[in-house]
Amino acid sequence: MTVRLDLASRERVRRPRRSVTTMQAHDLLALVIVLLAVIPVLYLVWRAAEGGERTLTTLMHPRTGQLLLRSVGLAAAVAGTSVVVALPLAFLTERVAVPGRRWIGVLVALPLAVPSYLTAYAVVAAFGPRGALASLLDRWVGSFRLPEVYGFFGAWLTLTLVTYPYSYLAVRAALRGLDPAFEEVARTLGTGRWIRFWRVTVPLLGPAVMSGMLLAALYTLSDFGAIAILRYPTLTYSVYNQYRLSFDRSAAAGLALLLVSVAVMLALAAREWQRRVAFYRTVGVRRPQAALRLRWWGWLLVLASSVFPTLALGLPVGMALYWFARARAIGEVLPSVGEPLVNTLWVGLLAGAVTVAAAFPVSRSVVRGRRRLATMLDVPLWIAYGLPGIVLALALVSVSVRFAPWLYQTIPLLIFGYTLRFLSEAVGTLRGTLVQQNPRLEEAARTLGMRPWQVWVKVQLPLTVPGLVNAYAAVFLTTVKELPVTLLLSPIDFRTLSTTVWNATADAFWSHAALPALLLLGVGVAPMGLLGWWQERAEGRSGIQ
Amino acid sequence: MSGAPLVRLAGVWKWYADGARPAVRDLWLEVTRHELLAILGPSGCGKTTTLRLIAGLERPDEGVIEIGGCIVADGHRFLPPEERGVGLVFQDYALFPHLTVEENIAFGLWRLSRGERKRRVDELLSLLWLEEYRSRYPHQLSGGQQQRVAIARALAPYPAVLLLDEPFANLDAELRHRMREELRRLLREVGVTVVLVTHDRDEALALADRVAVMLDGTIVQVDSPERVYHEPRTREIAKLLGQANFVPARIWGSVGRSDLGAFALDGVSTVPKEIELLIRPRDVILEPHPQGIAVVVDRRFVGAETIYRVRLRCGITVETSQPPSVDLAIGERVEVRCNRGRLAAFVGSDRIGLAELLDGVRHVSAEHSAMD
Repeated sequence: MTVRLDLASRERVRRPRRSVTTMQAHDLLALVIVLLAVIPVLYLVWRAAEGGERTLTTLMHPRTGQLLLRSVGLAAAVAGTSVVVALPLAFLTERVAVPGRRWIGVLVALPLAVPSYLTAYAVVAAFGPRGALASLLDRWVGSFRLPEVYGFFGAWLTLTLVTYPYSYLAVRAALRGLDPAFEEVARTLGTGRWIRFWRVTVPLLGPAVMSGMLLAALYTLSDFGAIAILRYPTLTYSVYNQYRLSFDRSAAAGLALLLVSVAVMLALAAREWQRRVAFYRTVGVRRPQAALRLRWWGWLLVLASSVFPTLALGLPVGMALYWFARARAIGEVLPSVGEPLVNTLWVGLLAGAVTVAAAFPVSRSVVRGRRRLATMLDVPLWIAYGLPGIVLALALVSVSVRFAPWLYQTIPLLIFGYTLRFLSEAVGTLRGTLVQQNPRLEEAARTLGMRPWQVWVKVQLPLTVPGLVNAYAAVFLTTVKELPVTLLLSPIDFRTLSTTVWNATADAFWSHAALPALLLLGVGVAPMGLLGWWQERAEGRSGIQ
Repeated sequence: MSGAPLVRLAGVWKWYADGARPAVRDLWLEVTRHELLAILGPSGCGKTTTLRLIAGLERPDEGVIEIGGCIVADGHRFLPPEERGVGLVFQDYALFPHLTVEENIAFGLWRLSRGERKRRVDELLSLLWLEEYRSRYPHQLSGGQQQRVAIARALAPYPAVLLLDEPFANLDAELRHRMREELRRLLREVGVTVVLVTHDRDEALALADRVAVMLDGTIVQVDSPERVYHEPRTREIAKLLGQANFVPARIWGSVGRSDLGAFALDGVSTVPKEIELLIRPRDVILEPHPQGIAVVVDRRFVGAETIYRVRLRCGITVETSQPPSVDLAIGERVEVRCNRGRLAAFVGSDRIGLAELLDGVRHVSAEHSAMD
């Protein structure tokens, strides 16, 4: 007995050594980058704590509760409608023999690339007072009062149009990954089509639906552009106002923290449901599902469900074209968009490079590091993911004003802001690529006589390039359409396409926003369409095999 | 030729990352030049870790590793994998997906000149019958072809020792057989020293010059395949290597008696009263006999042979494989003989020596009947 105890304690004393392929410098760098990403949150915590009593009073004020309720209510409403819109679309493009359904699928997902403030602009420019519909009605029907577009209804409609692609993509992917064997098993057990649908297919889609809804809710909660244009005062907007208007920054920090904590909870819940999606997915070979044939009521359904995608894409494009054409027709002189376009492009390209460079060591450590390190990196990344852009921007403004005034309203700070904003998404993309890389490849190269740096150049880099390009493109596209960070952190008189649209919309100069809006759509929507088309084609090819 | 071993592990320990238990403990192993040594053990016994320790992908926590007379790892020094000159074939082959077959094979030859590199690659392509696939990418190859590329890549830089990690685990049964034969031919042709890790006993027995049995992080027996199979050092090893029957026996003076016949113990210092004899299913011969000592209790047809389970007089049920010519019915009485001269004798879980069957074949004689 004692002998055995001795042996056990002897074994415990020994310290294990690390495997030779892990590098500690990398991991340290990754930790530093991730800590930088949570600086805004840490600052807010410190600031709110500094306020002490006053922060608490603000948080306990009935108005705060009202704001929170409004934000959460809007998020819930948008999440609900976006699923209602997305589910039939996903079924139609995945399971029903609609001609050209793959290409329709690409189109349906495209509104993801339309920034919310652009859709809001289109909604107001179309349905608002002095908008397109109002002026047309004015001409043909005479004086006619349209329902109010500002407020809850407008925000709800706009954000549903922008966020339904999240649910659509999640449900479509789940439907694609669903093993037909499940439904076939149900069939052999003698269940009818409806029972099968409700008891097998729908429960299996549950996690995908949940994660889609949570992403839509997160987007709504963090959104600043649309609710500001549509004048629906939610928590996000009041954080912005508090910062701009009042001297009491601690109270604003308290409100911001409240917003951040709800957002982070949503982000973590979304992550949890995404894990379950992966759990439900079929591993290995799966046979394609037979497509359903449509009857007359099926075509009605197609027609009904195509309303939202048509609006989501057609409204911004149509309104921008309409106001542009109108300005040309009446000979209005439009401000030049050359400078904003150039600014947008080079800032986007630079931000992409910096963000990807920062994301690479982080994703490498998350994938290859030990489990404890991966968790240490993962949690701050999800906090950063849930951090609304407006909160991030405001916190960076305060930090720089207070600690580094020479940095305030400079390009480096703007780029830093973009990097923090899109770091976690870039890490997500790169991680997907790195996870697929077999760690044995590195080891194989080492046994074949390569030094670690040679392995890096000859094996890892070539295999990582596609992921780097993807991440770069994603960061570039999101930077181009980013509003709050650009608005608050740019140098004075530094105009980009997004700030131009914003300023013109704020002053109701619809025609001034038209051309930059079209350019934004071109920069954002066209690459995404191409990417989707390309992916679908690849999928179609692999399906034939 | 012989003399100093090519690879030597002495008292090697390796703990898991969590430090809770050792993956490899107090491991001693010597691999001689030009031999094929198979490390055989159940999954999780530390075989792959042993291979990775030799390759330099893991650093031992204690002990010494030598390759070609040079210390590559001990308490002070640690030679990284790129300086050890070992070839490693991974279980999943780990072919570089962005390189063609040719480029994969040439990967370890980057120190050579262009012409020399091409010559070596061509040599390996023809040796492994891969010429027609030279410009294909790994995903365009079948499992067997991928494995051949992985072997060619590992052999290309003339490694001192070739390490194979479960080389046939990812192949289907038929291909596995063919590749095994091919590998035997190839390794004989190349004349390289090989350490192969497997959990498949047939693979180990068919391929290896010597088999090292690994259990629970350490090597428990190193011997020729025949000896490991018929004379395992412990009961656990016996079971790992195949279906094993243990038949009880009793010792009177210098002679032992069992249902398999009388025997003399060989190389046993202190003679216990009761022992058990290990007999493999193929070594049992059954003959129908109305006064036989055993009864057939079960038969199972498996194709090339029939598995009979018979109950001996001592109450033990023994599993036997019989050729198709033997046809017995359940309940039939049979005579049991053994077609081996020597059987391993066990006391408890350890082998104490060998039992030399005296008459080789047990006859039903008056003497035996009288004995009961």
